[in-house]
This record gives sequence, structure tokens and C-alpha cells, in this order.
Amino acid sequence: MIRDYDMKDYKRNAFRQSKHRGEIASRVRVPGGRIDAESLMRVVEIAEKYGDGTVNLTNRQGFEIPHIRIEDRDKVNEELQLIIENTGVNQGEPGEGYPASGTRNVVACPGQDLCPFGCYDTKELAQKIDKMIFPNNHHVKIACTGCSNDCAHVRLNDFGIIGQTEPQYDPNRCIGCEQCVKYCSKRSVGALSVVNGKIVRDTNKCIGCGVCVNYCPTRAWTRSKEHYFRLELMGRTGKKNPRLGEDFLKWADEESICKIIKNTYDYLDAYLDMAAVESKEHIGYIIDRTGVEEYLKYAMKDVELGPKCEMAGRIYWGGKRYDQTNELRKSMFRFSDREE
Amino acid sequence: MGYTLTRSEFDQVLEGLSEKYRLYAPVLKKGQGRFTDTDVVIYDFVYSSSEIEFEKKSDYSFKEILTPLSQTLFFFTENVIKEADIDDSEAVVFLRSCDMHALKRLDQIYLHNGSHVDSFYKKIRDKLHFVLIGCTSSFQDCFCVSMGTNRTEDGYLFSVNYVDGHYDVDLKDASLEELFADSGAAAGDVTAAYVTENEVEVHVPEEIPNSVIGSDLWKEYDKRCVACGRCNLVCPTCSCFTMQDAYYTDNGKVGERRRVGASCMIDGYSTVAGGGEYRKKHGERMRFKTLHKISDFRKRYGYDMCVGCGRCDDVCPEYISFSNIINKVDAAVKEGES
Repeated sequence: MIRDYDMKDYKRNAFRQSKHRGEIASRVRVPGGRIDAESLMRVVEIAEKYGDGTVNLTNRQGFEIPHIRIEDRDKVNEELQLIIENTGVNQGEPGEGYPASGTRNVVACPGQDLCPFGCYDTKELAQKIDKMIFPNNHHVKIACTGCSNDCAHVRLNDFGIIGQTEPQYDPNRCIGCEQCVKYCSKRSVGALSVVNGKIVRDTNKCIGCGVCVNYCPTRAWTRSKEHYFRLELMGRTGKKNPRLGEDFLKWADEESICKIIKNTYDYLDAYLDMAAVESKEHIGYIIDRTGVEEYLKYAMKDVELGPKCEMAGRIYWGGKRYDQTNELRKSMFRFSDREE
Repeated sequence: MGYTLTRSEFDQVLEGLSEKYRLYAPVLKKGQGRFTDTDVVIYDFVYSSSEIEFEKKSDYSFKEILTPLSQTLFFFTENVIKEADIDDSEAVVFLRSCDMHALKRLDQIYLHNGSHVDSFYKKIRDKLHFVLIGCTSSFQDCFCVSMGTNRTEDGYLFSVNYVDGHYDVDLKDASLEELFADSGAAAGDVTAAYVTENEVEVHVPEEIPNSVIGSDLWKEYDKRCVACGRCNLVCPTCSCFTMQDAYYTDNGKVGERRRVGASCMIDGYSTVAGGGEYRKKHGERMRFKTLHKISDFRKRYGYDMCVGCGRCDDVCPEYISFSNIINKVDAAVKEGES
């Protein structure tokens, strides 16, 4: 049998090229990391029927079914149809699998569905964003986390969405037990203090984690009706310049966040270096090249931030610069002196 | 006199009542629960039946009208003291049988506890009237039957059972007959609904010997209890308070004295001058609370303080069950006897 396969086409179809000749791996997209049991069973069936009976859990909350024979792609795609429909992922032609793979699975922590600290429904937002941006081949990473604990590690993504609640205080229900003060200090940033038996919140320091609300025994502290978000920009891992995302917005609304993400794809269309390897570049590196101001011209188009929203004046990213030095012995604190 | 009212008829009665009384009832507060987009049932002033939560147990009790969580008693400046104004219009409180029994305990503490009458309490108390909400079924964690508080025969204007979207009223106060008649309500045979059994049963020992104080059963709570005090603050019979003197920050000669709710489970309750603290361990606090509710109060007044509403069990973040503690005490007492 002649083995002539367009691997680029396979990749776009969400199949990983394996190091084992003749094999591919099917990458199952699970927006927000929540999958129904029926789809999960189908993952198992595909692994048993076309793979070797194993399934990898991916770092971005998807599945990867390894050791599939390259010529079984069409059959696997047919089997994937049920999962694609159940997870509500946008598709081109039914039965032909996933239409793109560049934009990564949107990750979400458990969020308000389960977690006492979750400030919004992370899974729902992840699924909404997935619907908005997928299919797309641009390399974009997005993650949603329910509160400032950042269990979803969103600062390692291009867009890190962190839930916030604005604590509402009713002094008439406050008995001055100071549990909010204690827990804000121990579990959060220490934004609360006591003045004359009542609580004063440092509105600049407060990160909107909701710890005060959780520990208040009287409902003197409650959550704001509005769900707010902190947006972290352009974090990444990688070889050259891994770095945490930087604060861009706080107390932002969901609509603005979605618009900014959608607008970013226009920026990518305009500035992506087609000469880059496999025409793929992390957005962060493109912004490093064009400057943030240029990026924001695109990203903030038609975005109307709410009255509470604060935007960073300037953004400077840090992180490691392995393209400049990988020297450990000459770093400031020379533990290695002891050996010399 | 019994009536069956539709929603609009009942609203007409409430509207009539509102002319003379403020109406204070359990209200479902959307989004004001502890967790995101969760609700909580708290007492508040209402105007119509749609605002009243008839189908859930209230998370916090009616006691907040009588013993506000935070109440300014008086203002002071130099040689002058002025008592704080209170809303002294009459009010009608909607509450269930367990809470009617809790009212008796609060009165006991604030009005019939030795020679002193708490005037701040009395001023509010004198303006209150009550409407009994009938219980057509028992809620989670209720143990009113065991505590003998499942039924209330008198002390209220009328009772109301909310059944299938209509309101069955047993009118006790004859002065309201005209109001009900005017609403167009159909006369009927109605009595206040009450439950005769709960899923949770407790047995309070008749005599609790002091040896229970030294029992090992409290030790478990040293670790399990987080001393958040939510049990006390939702309890309809917990009546402890502490004082705050606040001197206004821009003029220290002017200020106010407040009393605020206090909890024997929360840090600071047993702290004395010099920093001594008598019940540091959370298990000791649990013992103190428990024995007050089912032993010490009875020694003084002849009946138990706990009314078995189970709100403490509902609210505990660590799933500590007070009803289970009562039964553990019972077992410990029995074990001691044998």
C-alpha cells in the first residue's frame, strides 16, 4: 500500500503526528473540561477499537487517543461525531471530525458549579468562548478560573480570565467578629481593617476574591450582582521567554473580555509572520514585535469597558530570557562559589 | 374562624394590615447567599405575599427584629446622652411554631430574668404581633417534635398554611374579621398545620450530671469545629450580645454605644481583661453552648432553650450536627448510669 498522507491536513483535523511511523493520535476537544458520560464512553470505545486501549489526559483538559493507525482517520472521525455534537463544538462537515486545531482547548477550573470560592460559571464561559472562536487555526490559549486562587493557572495563557466579586457590606448586619479581616489576611491580601467596630475595605487592595463573603457568619458581606473579571494578558511557557501573564483589566465585564479575544484574531490575521515555522507564532511574540499599542488598537476596537473597570496604563512583561542567557553560574547569588 | 384565600385575596389582607403594621417576614434574597448566585432566606419588611418565602425554612431567624445584629443604643457627646430613635410603629412578624417557642425564650432572657427588664428589648417587643406560618411538612434537620415545639396554640393574630398556591387562615384575633371578610375570602374549616414527626429525633436526658463536662465526647470538636459562630447567629434563641463604644474619627468627643450580636463559639467571647481566655478549645465552646441549650437554661427556667429548628445544622460548614451532639450527650449520660 502506498503511504501518501498530507500530514498538515491531519494536524488541522486535530490528529497528532506520532513518532511511531504509521500512527496518529486523535485529540478530543473538551471545552471547559466538562464532558458527558456518553461522550466519555465513546472516547473509551475509540481507544479500544482503533487505539491500544489507552487514553492520555491532556494538559488542557482534553483527551488524546494514541496509537491510531493513520488509515483509520475517517472511521475515527465518524465515531467522534457523537462527542462533537454532545460537547457543542462548532464543526464544518458532520462526520469529518474537528475542523481546526490551532486554537487550543479552553481550560476551566471547576468554578461556581462546585467550588465555594468560584465567582462565576467557568465551564459555561469556556464553552461560550469556544463557540465564539472555534474553529480557528491560530495558536491561541485561553483559560478561565473562578477566583484569584487561579487553580486553572490562567497566567500561563494568552488570555487568563479570573473571576471577581465586588464585596457588598451591610454595616447593620455586622457584629464585628472580624473573621473577614482574619481570613482576608490569612487567605488573601489583607485588604480589610476595623474602624470603630465596623469593617473598612481598601478598595484598591481588594482583589475581589470573595473570601470575606465566604467567612462572614451574618451575611453582612454579600456578593455583587454583577460578575466581574480580571484579565491577564500574554502569559506563556516555552523555550525562549516563558513568563506569567500581566494584569490588563480588573473589574471588567464578560462582554468586553469576549470582544477583546475575538478582536485578537483580526490582529493575528494582520500581523502573523507567515514565514514562521508552520505559520504558527505565539501572539505574545507578535506583540513583542509590534508593540502593545498596536495590539490594543485591534483588541480594544468597539470595546466599551464598564464604569468600574480599571485598565493597566502600561504593560511590561518579565520572565526568563533564554535567548539572551542561560548562564546560572554568573547569576547574582552565586551558590556555586562554594564549589570554586 | 377559618378562611381560604387566593393570592390576591391574601394580598388584600396584607395591604390592609400594612396600613397599621409593618410586616416582617422571611424573604428569599436572590444572589445574597454565601456562594456565587446562591440565595438566602433572611427576615425583612414586606408588602405583599409574593415577597414572603412560605416554602423554605428561613436561614436566619426572626430574632433580628428584636435583637438586631447591630443596634445603636444611644449617642453621647460631652455631658449629653441621647437614646437612639427606633421605629416604634407596630409590626407583624410571620414565623413558624419553633420560632414562636423561641420568642418565649428570648422574652425569658430579656424580660423575665431576675428583677431587671431590658428596656431596649421591651420597647421593640411591645410593638410586635405575630402570624403563625403553619408547617405542612418537616424540613431538613428539623427536630421540633422531639423538643416539643412543633405546635403553637396561641399568641398570634392568625395562622396561615400555604397549600397549593392558596392561603388557609385560622383567624384568632376577632378585630381582623372585617379585613378578612372584605377580602372576599371563603370561610372554611382551618387549623394551623403542624408536623407530628421529623426525620431527625433527639432525646434530651432529663438530668445531665456534671460529669458530662469531663466527657471525651467534646474533644472531637477541638478539631472539627472552626469556631465560625454561624450556629449561634442563625439560632433563634441565642441572645448573647457585646458592646461597642465608637468614638467618631473626626471628633473623638462624639460617639455612640452599640450592642452587637455575640457568639460563644467565636474567638474573644470568653476573653477577659489581661488577656485570659476561659474556653480556648473549640470543644469546650461546643460543650458550653450545648449544655446551655439543653441543661443550664432548664435548671433556671424549667424548660429547654433549644427549640429544634435545626438551623445550626443547616448552616454548619463542617457538617457538625447539634442534634447528633444532643444524642451523644444522652448516650454519655446513659453510659454513666450503667
